[in-house]
Amino acid sequence: MGRTGARTGGISARYFSSRIVIYGLLILWAIICLFPIYWTFTTSFKVAVNVTQGHLIPWVDFTPDWRGWRSIGLSPDTIGETSTPREEFLKRFENSIIASLCAAALAVVIGSCAAYGLSRFNYKFGPMRNKDISFFFLSQLILPPVVLAMPFLVLYKELALLDTRIGLILIYTLTVLPIVIWIMRDQFDTIPTELEQAALVDGCSAWSAFLRIILPIALPGMVAAFILSVILCWNEYFFAALLTSTSAKTLPVMVASQTGSQGINWWSMAALSTAAILPLIVIGIFLERYIVKGLTAGSVK
Amino acid sequence: MPSKAALSALSSAQAVTSGVSQTRVEDGRRIIILASVGFAAVVLIQILFDGGLLTWGFENWRPVLYAYLMWGIALGFGLVMSRGGAGHRALFVLPAVLFTVAMVIFPTFFGLYIAFTDWNLSSFEGRRFSGFKNLYALFSDPYYWNALQNMVFYVLMVLPQYVIAFGLALLLNAEIRARKFFRVAFLLPFMLSPVAVSWMIGKSLMEYRFGPISNLARLLGWDSPAFFTSPWIAKVSIALMDAWVWIPFMMVMLLAGLQALPKELSEAAKVDGASKWQSFWQITFPLMLPVSVTAIVLRIIFQLKLADIVINVTSGGPGGATDTVSSFIFREYRDRSNVGYGTMLAEFYLIVIIIFILVLLHWISRWMRKIN
Repeated sequence: MGRTGARTGGISARYFSSRIVIYGLLILWAIICLFPIYWTFTTSFKVAVNVTQGHLIPWVDFTPDWRGWRSIGLSPDTIGETSTPREEFLKRFENSIIASLCAAALAVVIGSCAAYGLSRFNYKFGPMRNKDISFFFLSQLILPPVVLAMPFLVLYKELALLDTRIGLILIYTLTVLPIVIWIMRDQFDTIPTELEQAALVDGCSAWSAFLRIILPIALPGMVAAFILSVILCWNEYFFAALLTSTSAKTLPVMVASQTGSQGINWWSMAALSTAAILPLIVIGIFLERYIVKGLTAGSVK
Repeated sequence: MPSKAALSALSSAQAVTSGVSQTRVEDGRRIIILASVGFAAVVLIQILFDGGLLTWGFENWRPVLYAYLMWGIALGFGLVMSRGGAGHRALFVLPAVLFTVAMVIFPTFFGLYIAFTDWNLSSFEGRRFSGFKNLYALFSDPYYWNALQNMVFYVLMVLPQYVIAFGLALLLNAEIRARKFFRVAFLLPFMLSPVAVSWMIGKSLMEYRFGPISNLARLLGWDSPAFFTSPWIAKVSIALMDAWVWIPFMMVMLLAGLQALPKELSEAAKVDGASKWQSFWQITFPLMLPVSVTAIVLRIIFQLKLADIVINVTSGGPGGATDTVSSFIFREYRDRSNVGYGTMLAEFYLIVIIIFILVLLHWISRWMRKIN
C-alpha cells in the first residue's frame, strides 16, 4: 500500500516537474518573442529620461507621454492639425498598402490559374512538360533580389516605371508568384478531379468548371496565399530602397531612412516602427490560421 | 496520372465536338502572326529610334510594354481560336509564363550584358564594354570573398535554428493549455518587417548605453556589452536577430509535420516501455525527416537572400565582418553607383548558389534513398 502510494507520488512529482519545465520554456520563449514588440510599443510613449534610465512598465515607473506620436502627427492633440510628418507617413503607408494588396491580388489571380492548369492538365510547350514548367516557376524562388536589381533599375528607367507604384507591384508580384503557385498547386491537388469531370461531361468548358466549381472550394488556399503574399510584400525592403525615391517610397524605406538620423530620439522611431508593424500584428493575431496554412502547404503530405 | 489524362482528354473531346472549323483555325493563326508582326515592328522602331537611325519614335520604352501586353492577349485569343480545347487549357498557364519570362529571363540576360560593361552611374563616360575586367576584379576583391565566407557562416546557422524550432514545435505539440496564445506569440516575429526588427532589436534593444539587452548583459557580468564592434560578436548578433525572425517559419512547418504523425505509433512505443528520449529518436525523428529536409532547404534558400537586417543594423561592418553578399552588392550599387561591377558580383553569386542548391538537393536525395 505504502509502496504504491510512493510510486504514484513519484510519478506525479515527475509529471509536475515536466509540466514546470514545459511551461517555463514556453513562457521564456513567449517573452523572447513578445518583449521587443512590447518594448517598441511602450517606448513610443516615453521621454528621454525614461529611455536613458531603462524604465519599462508604464504608470509604474514612467508616465506615458504622447511625444513619440506627436512627432509623426498622430497624437490626440495633433491629429486635427495639419502636419507634414503625418502627411509623409500616410503617403508611405498608402504606398505600402496599395503595392502589397495589388501585388498579392495579381499574384493570386495568375498564380491560381497556372497552378490549376499544372495540377489538372498535361502540357507540352516544346520540350517542357508539366514537371519542367512547375520547376521553372519554383526555381524563381532561388533567384536573389540582387541579381534582378540592376537590370530592373535600367529597365524601369527606360520604361518610365522608376519610382512608380506600378513598377513596385510588378516586381512584388514576381517575387511572390512562386510561393502562390506552390501553395495553390498543393490546394488543387487535394480537390478530387471527379468534380470537374462531371461538369465537363455535362458540357461545361474547362474555364467555367474552374470558375464555378473549383474556385469556391479552393478559396481557403487562395486566402492563405493572399495573406502570405501581403505580408512578404509589406515587409519588402530591398527593391523598394533601390527602385523608388520620392513618390512611391514605401514604409520600410521610410523607417530605414529614419534609423540613422534620429540619435537618441527613440520615441519617434518607436512610434514609427509601431505604426509600421501594427497592421501585421493584427493580421497575425486574427488570421494566424491562414498564415500557418500557407506556410505548411506542400511540406506535409 | 490517369485522372489528369482523363481531364485533358475530356476537354479536348469537347473541343472536337464543338467543332473547330477550318476558317477559325486560320483566323486564329492569322491573329497570332499579325500580333507578332505588330509587336516586332514596335520593338524595331524603338530600337532604331534609340540608336538614332530613325527621326521619330516614342519618348520612352513604355509603348513596348503595352505592345507586349497586347501581343500576349492576341496570343491567347489566337490559341483559343486555332486550338480549341487545348487553347483553353494553355490559357491557364499562359499569363504566368508570359509574366515570368518578361520579368526574369529578359532582365537576367540583360544583367549578363551589364556585367561585362564598365559602367559607373556617377562617371560621365556611360556604359563601355569591358570584357572580363569585372570578372578579374571580382577574383581579387577580398571583401567579396569575405562576404561569401560570411554566407557560409549564416547558412550553417540554419542548423541551430532548426534545433530550436524543432524544440518549440515539440513543446507546442505537447498537451498544454493556452496553445493558441503561444502559437500566435511564437509566430509574430516572422510577421514583422526586417527593417523594423533592425531598429527594434539592433538599434534600440542592443544599444550600447541604454538598451535593455545591454543592461541585462551588464547585470550578468559582461562589462562592455558592445554587440556590433568586434567581428565575431557582431556576426553572432546578426545571426541571433535573423534567428528571431525566421525560427517561427521552421517551427510552423515542423509543428504541422508533428501533428500529421499517427498518434498510435508513439502510444505503441509507450506501451513497449520506451522512454520519451528513445521514442523521439527512434520514431518521431525518422518520421519527421522529410518535413525537416523541406524546412531546412527552404530556409537555406531564404537565408541566401539575407540582406535587410545587415544593411540596416551594421551596413556590413565592422570591417565587413557581418556583410552578406546581397548587402555588399547593395552598397556597391547605392554608395558607389558601380553598376557594371555590382551586376557581375550578383550574376556570379547566382551561379554559385544555383550550383550549391543543385548539389545540396542531389546529395539530399541520395542520402534519403540510402537511409530508406
